[in-house]
Amino acid sequence: MSAQSWFAVRKELSPRRRMFLGILSFVIPLAIWCLVSYVPFIWHPMVEVSDPGSVSYFTQGMLLEQEVFEREAEAARQKGEAVPVGTSANPIYLPAPHQVAKAMYTAFTTEPKRRDEKWLHESLGNSIYVIAMGFLISSLFGVPLGILAGTYDVFSRLNEPFVEFFRYLPAPAFGALAVAVLGINEAPKIAIIVIGTFFQQVLVIANTTRKLDPSLLEAAMTLGAKRMSLLFRVVIPGIIVDLYKDQRILLGWAWTYLIVAEMIGASSGITWFITQQARYKNFENVYAAIFMIGVLGLTTDLLLAWIGRRIFPWQRSLAH
Amino acid sequence: MTQIQLPSYREQSPEVRARFERLKQRPVILEVQNLGKNFESRQGTVTALRDINLTVHRREFVCVIGPSGCGKSTLIRMLAGLETQSSGQVLLDGQPVSGPGPDRGMVFQGYTLFPWLTVKQNVMFGLQVSGRSGMPEPTALQWIDLVGLSKFADAYPHQLSGGMKQRVAIARALANQPRILLMDEPFGALDAQTRCRMQSYLLDIWKNIDVTILFITHDLDEAIFLADRILVLKAHPGEVQELIEVPVPHPRSTQQFLSPEFLATKARLEELIHPPQTETVGLSEDHLNMVRMVAVDDVVPDVY
Ligand SMILES: Nc1ncnc2c1ncn2[C@@H]1O[C@H](COP(=O)(O)OP(=O)(O)OP(=O)(O)O)[C@@H](O)[C@H]1O
Ligand SMILES: [Mg+2]
Repeated sequence: MSAQSWFAVRKELSPRRRMFLGILSFVIPLAIWCLVSYVPFIWHPMVEVSDPGSVSYFTQGMLLEQEVFEREAEAARQKGEAVPVGTSANPIYLPAPHQVAKAMYTAFTTEPKRRDEKWLHESLGNSIYVIAMGFLISSLFGVPLGILAGTYDVFSRLNEPFVEFFRYLPAPAFGALAVAVLGINEAPKIAIIVIGTFFQQVLVIANTTRKLDPSLLEAAMTLGAKRMSLLFRVVIPGIIVDLYKDQRILLGWAWTYLIVAEMIGASSGITWFITQQARYKNFENVYAAIFMIGVLGLTTDLLLAWIGRRIFPWQRSLAH
Repeated sequence: MTQIQLPSYREQSPEVRARFERLKQRPVILEVQNLGKNFESRQGTVTALRDINLTVHRREFVCVIGPSGCGKSTLIRMLAGLETQSSGQVLLDGQPVSGPGPDRGMVFQGYTLFPWLTVKQNVMFGLQVSGRSGMPEPTALQWIDLVGLSKFADAYPHQLSGGMKQRVAIARALANQPRILLMDEPFGALDAQTRCRMQSYLLDIWKNIDVTILFITHDLDEAIFLADRILVLKAHPGEVQELIEVPVPHPRSTQQFLSPEFLATKARLEELIHPPQTETVGLSEDHLNMVRMVAVDDVVPDVY
C-alpha cells in the first residue's frame, strides 16, 4: 500500500478515505454536541431542581441559573431548613441528543392538540408540495428562458436587464400582494417560491449556456447543423450536465424561501411547526424538525446526484 | 557547417512535372479571389489577411504554412464560412460561399468531438442533421472502420487518446462527403510518433476517396510530406509569399525525408519562414546575454 499523503494539494483521496471523512464530518459535530450535553464540567450553566427543599418558589424540574440556586441553597442552610437539591444542566434551548431523538419519534406519533392542527408528517408533506410546485413552475419558464437568453443575443438583451432588476427585489416583499391576489392557501406560498427562484434561475442558466465551448457549435455548423438542430442537438445536450447541477443548487435556494412562504396567508408547513414549537419552548421538537429538513434536503440532493450519474454516462467523473 | 549541394526546389523530375501538368488539367474546385480580412479593435483596424489568391484543383492536397499569427486560421475559417471576409470572395465549384455548410468539412486543432455522443453517434451527426436519406448507422460504421476504430464505436470521446479523437473527427467530417476537407493544425497537439502515423493514415484516406484537402500546419516536414503544393504566408499583414510545387514524387514514404528534393524544399521553406536576419533585441548573435551564476568551486562547476 502506498502511503499517499492526506494533504496532497488538489489530489483526490481514495474512495475509502473519502467515505471515512464523509462520515467523520457528521460524527465530529455530533460528538461535540454529546460532549456538551453529557459531560457536566464543559458548560452546564444551569441547575435543574430535583428536590425543592424549603424554597417556596422552587418546583421539581425547574431550571435555574447556577448563581440563583447557590444563593437560595446557602440561605436555606443558614436558616437550618431543608436544603434544595439539583443537578447541573444545560439551558432549555440546548436539549441533549437523546431528547431530540425521542422528540423525532414522538413528533410523528403525537396527535395534534387541536383539531385544526396537523400531524408533523402532514406539515412536512405540505412543505414538500409547496417547494415542488414552486420549483416546477419556476423551472418550466426559467429553464427555457435561460437557455434562449444564453443562446441568442436577442433574448438576452430583451430579458436580462429586467431580470437583473427584479432579482434585487426581495421575494418576501411580495407576500402581502401574493395573498391579496391568490388567496390564503398554498397558491401565494408557491408564488413566493417562484419569485424567489425564477429570476436567479434565468441568469444562472443563461450563464451556463454561454459557457458552452463555441468550437462545438462551429464544428456542428460545418457538419450542416442549422438553427433548430444547433439548439436541440448541440446547445442543450452540451449544457445538460451543468444545467442539472444548477438545478440542484437552485432547489437548495428554493428551500430557503420556504420559511418566508409559510409565514404568509394561512400558516402551515414545517417551518410553521418550528415556529409554534419554539413558542411553546419545545426546543427538542424544533431541533427534530430542523434536522428533518436537513435530512430531506441531503437525501434529495444525493438522490439527484445518483440519478445524474445514471442518465449522463459521458460524464468524466464516471471514468475513474 | 557542411554545405551540401542541393538541387533547386524548382527542379522537377519528368514524372513529377507530368503529374503537375495533369493536376492543372483537373477541374477547379476552390477559388479564392483577393480575399482579405480586417479585425476592428479599440486600437484600430488590424489587417490579418490581404489579397489572398489561390486556385485548388480537384483531389489536390494543399498545405498552408506561415509564421504564428500570419492568419492561417483566419483564412481557413473564412473558407469554412465561420468568419466573414472583409473583401474578395471564395468560390466553391464556381458558387460563392456564405456561411458554414456540410460541403466544406472541417477538422480543428482542439478536439471538437461532442462529448455526450459515442464515437458512432459523433460520426452519424452530420448525416442526421443534414436529413440525408439512407442509413446513417451503417454509413457511420463504414467510416469508423476506415479510420480503424471499429472496436471503439460505442466508446465516448473521453475514453479515447488524442490521436484516436482526431481520427474520429476526420471520419465525422468525411462521412458528410464534403467537397473539400479543411484541416487547421489537426495533429499539432499529438506526439511526434502518433503524428507521423496520422500523416500516413491521412495520405491513405486521401488516395482512396474523392476529397480535396486544405491543410494548415507549422511543421515544415509535415507540409512537404503531405502536400502537392504549399502556400507560404507571411505575417503583418498576412500575404502570400510563394506557392511552392513540391518536387517530391508520389507515393510518399518516410524514406523520402532525406531525399535531395525534400531537403531542397525544406531549405526553401526555412528561408521563407525564418529569414536569416532576425530582429536582435537585446540578443547578440545566437546567444543570450548571460552571466555565470554557478560558483567556480561548485560540486558541478561546468557542464562540459
Ligand atoms: N477575433 C479577432 N479579433 C482581433 N484580431 C484577431 C482575431 N482573430 C485573429 N486576430 C488576429 O489576426 C491575426 C491572425 O490570427 P490567426 O489566428 O489567423 O493566426 P494563425 O496564423 O492561425 O496563428 P497560429 O499559427 O498561432 O495558429 C493575428 O494577428 C491575430 O491577432
Ligand atoms: Mg491558428
